[in-house]
Amino acid sequence: MTSTDSIPGAKTGGGRVGDSPLRPDGTLKVTGQFAYSSDLWHEDMCWGVTLRSPHPHARILGIDTTEALATPGVYAVLTADDVPGENAVGLEHLDTPALARDIVRYEGEPVALVAADHPETARRAAKKIVVTYEELPALTDPRRALDPDAPQVHEQGNLVREVTIRRGDASPTAPVVVSLEFEVGMQDQAFLGPESGLAVPAEDGGVDLYVATQWLHVDQAQVCRVLGLPPEKVRLTLAGVGGAFGGREDLSMHVHACLLALRTGKPVKMCYSREESFYGHVHRHPAWLRYEFGAQPDGRLVYGKADILFDGGAYASSTGAVVGNGGTLGLGPYDFPSVHVTARGVYTNNPPCGAMRGFGCVQAAFAHEALMDELAEAVGLDEVEIRALNGMREGDRNITGQLIDSAAPVAELIRTVRDLPLPPERTSTDLRELPGGVSNTTHGEGVVRGIGYAVTYKNVGFSEGFDDYSTARVRLEMSGGEPVVTVHTAAAEVGQGLIAVEQQIARTELGVERVVVHPKDTTVGSGGSTSASRQTYVTGGAVKAACEAVRTTVLARAGQRCGQTGLRLDGDKIVATSGEVVATLVEVLGDDAVEETVERRHRPTRPIDPETGQGDAHVQYAFSAHRAVVDVDVELGLVKVVALDTAQDVGKAINPDAVVGQIQGGSAQGMGLALMEEIVVTDGHVRNPSFTDYLIPTILDMPPMQIEVLEYADPHAPYGVRGVGEPPTISSGPAVAAAVRAATGKALRRVPIRPEHITGT
Amino acid sequence: MRIQLTVNGTRHDVDDVWPGESLLYALRERMGLPGAKNACEQGECGSCTVYLEGVPVCACLVPAGQAHGREVTTVEGLAPEGSGDETALHPVQQAFLEKGAVQCGFCTPGLIVSTHDLLQRNPDPSDPEIREALAGNLCRCTGYEKIMDAVRAAAEALR
Repeated sequence: MTSTDSIPGAKTGGGRVGDSPLRPDGTLKVTGQFAYSSDLWHEDMCWGVTLRSPHPHARILGIDTTEALATPGVYAVLTADDVPGENAVGLEHLDTPALARDIVRYEGEPVALVAADHPETARRAAKKIVVTYEELPALTDPRRALDPDAPQVHEQGNLVREVTIRRGDASPTAPVVVSLEFEVGMQDQAFLGPESGLAVPAEDGGVDLYVATQWLHVDQAQVCRVLGLPPEKVRLTLAGVGGAFGGREDLSMHVHACLLALRTGKPVKMCYSREESFYGHVHRHPAWLRYEFGAQPDGRLVYGKADILFDGGAYASSTGAVVGNGGTLGLGPYDFPSVHVTARGVYTNNPPCGAMRGFGCVQAAFAHEALMDELAEAVGLDEVEIRALNGMREGDRNITGQLIDSAAPVAELIRTVRDLPLPPERTSTDLRELPGGVSNTTHGEGVVRGIGYAVTYKNVGFSEGFDDYSTARVRLEMSGGEPVVTVHTAAAEVGQGLIAVEQQIARTELGVERVVVHPKDTTVGSGGSTSASRQTYVTGGAVKAACEAVRTTVLARAGQRCGQTGLRLDGDKIVATSGEVVATLVEVLGDDAVEETVERRHRPTRPIDPETGQGDAHVQYAFSAHRAVVDVDVELGLVKVVALDTAQDVGKAINPDAVVGQIQGGSAQGMGLALMEEIVVTDGHVRNPSFTDYLIPTILDMPPMQIEVLEYADPHAPYGVRGVGEPPTISSGPAVAAAVRAATGKALRRVPIRPEHITGT
Repeated sequence: MRIQLTVNGTRHDVDDVWPGESLLYALRERMGLPGAKNACEQGECGSCTVYLEGVPVCACLVPAGQAHGREVTTVEGLAPEGSGDETALHPVQQAFLEKGAVQCGFCTPGLIVSTHDLLQRNPDPSDPEIREALAGNLCRCTGYEKIMDAVRAAAEALR
């Protein structure tokens, strides 16, 4: 990846905080020049492929690689026996073999690797590897996972994590009680750039890995463990990332390419097909949710109860954190005097599930928002006012007892979306504006409109006592007669626009126009994960702090030079309090660079109490609301989303255009889960590993959106920012589901809502 | 086998092509033109859209041998030629950049070729016509709103 050197080229303003400069990588991306991880090429490179288990649960009795190795063009065939270090990776638990040994626990688990001179040669050789399996009983229903007679997926039992939240009255009662059960299907991140990268063996016995990922340093630690090499011998550089959405938090081909490169002594490229991608990364946890709310006759909540089960699949990945979110945030952004929540994540022999945008909250939101609509009906309020009445406010305590100490504008958000203009009544019989589109399934007969609302919240950053930080190295120097700032972090740019934000912050803090973003790699300290809506907050905060440190150093030098204090930096000039220019930057810096490296942490969070779930688990909360308008062909069960409007508090929009882009894209993913996106798993087998059968929204499916961005600064966060990326994915789906319920009068307690759920056929 | 084809105006002689290789593979791995993207390699996502003899195709579905003796234009060949400015962009590319239609950008090359084709056929498309024309190009980041903005802006710039 080349470094990104750009002058502002701003659309608005000077490319500083609050402006929306052009993407620094945009020109490369629109001309096809941007180097994604699947575009990499190296002299003398060969291709690696993975052989995967066809069974959800089986014992490996033997692996015969003889014929594969004898295939012309094949350089290496590797199995678990060839792993030099510890054969165990994982984000929370080291429970995942890099290559399966003895047991496979899900369909698609990596068993062997092949390197060859052409990808097709490697694929054909992989098919010649003879693996003898003894199939074992598979646990594929997570609701049976904790039964005494359930097959054990791991020796330590099938429970990954259980969280209980208890607050207020232990046995609460209320005059009005509503309850429901809900089920959420398995969603895929469906990032477009397949898992891919290039591993290059180095002369020092180490390896250089160029890869698309969300967190270079956590990858590095895992790769080191498997290779048995120290970090200085495993160097990672971020290659161009074609989207992530959580699906690149876990390792995919990282270790495999390194193993093959070190064995063959050649650079090894690996690039998954779309089918392999569906097996090669974790998915969003499917969930089974049982909820009960008690309320006063006026609609005011008395208690909330929830029992949530997440299917973690064969390996833990981020299941613990997903359960944490489902438990601590699972009742939604409402004020509950009494609380009784249990959330569990279990092992099964289904595909492993882990991080996807909004995790833990996305699943819960479908249930708590459906139940709020039930409650509204039970007490005779509308869907907006029931939420405004019970919505969390600044100064409230949430269900873990944590004080909400910055804006919590639930009522304002939901009323704001209500007050946005509604689309006009449908009068056109243009097929393109009807459910079913040009399939010509209706000319308007049987089409009913529905409107639905949802409001949700999400934690920003890593929680429950995790040491969450980012590192920024900022250098200021003169180059070609002008000041240049170089910003170096390891925080992954996955398309969201972090590199632009890093430049904007450096320009703002140092007043320098030209800001170079150094390639993201492991030669600087960890930037933490590009997930949990955290990078603008945490890495943005680290860049800000490093710029401040640089500025302090420069002004100290200038002060020594001119004997004054109270100086400030203004572009390439040092200015005294009087306004007099006392020196130029070139005079102060000369040939020297000023460089500072800063590790920045946000306010600490705390583990929750194991019995009561009480504690200050999260650092920040982000709130959003959606209103969906749908037209449903109730005879055929086809849905067209007519409008999907939203309001979100972002604290401070560092880059307003990018904020809107996050809200639009995140809303589309939530809509996808409500209506079409599901990995269908039958008896542990994935039935639809392709974009033919796993549907994501197209440009025909997405309606125009009205977006209201609120900016209530969080006084604890740099510039007042609040995480942006995840809330839209959480509230859009439940709003769409509510709109379909409104149109059809059906309960619809499962997403994605399929046509047969609407027609009852 | 050897294939000969013209890509973005330049003649390429490509040796050792395996008959099962797609035009997409040949462009990306044998001709050093990775602009067309490999998101699904089964004709569902449109990220590999290129012109073959002036007709937009999914390069992943075209056997490389079928492009023998033919002309191909990829996203790398759309920018104005001969301007001497390496950063010169076609108005469609400029519009995608300015309107924020690019996030991760993996869908962008295919969308730009598809939009280029649409605006050649229909210089003033309505919103439903834009949506229909681009329905074969998946994007996972943007929710398509800014892509709509970009296509409208490009149409205006080209008129």
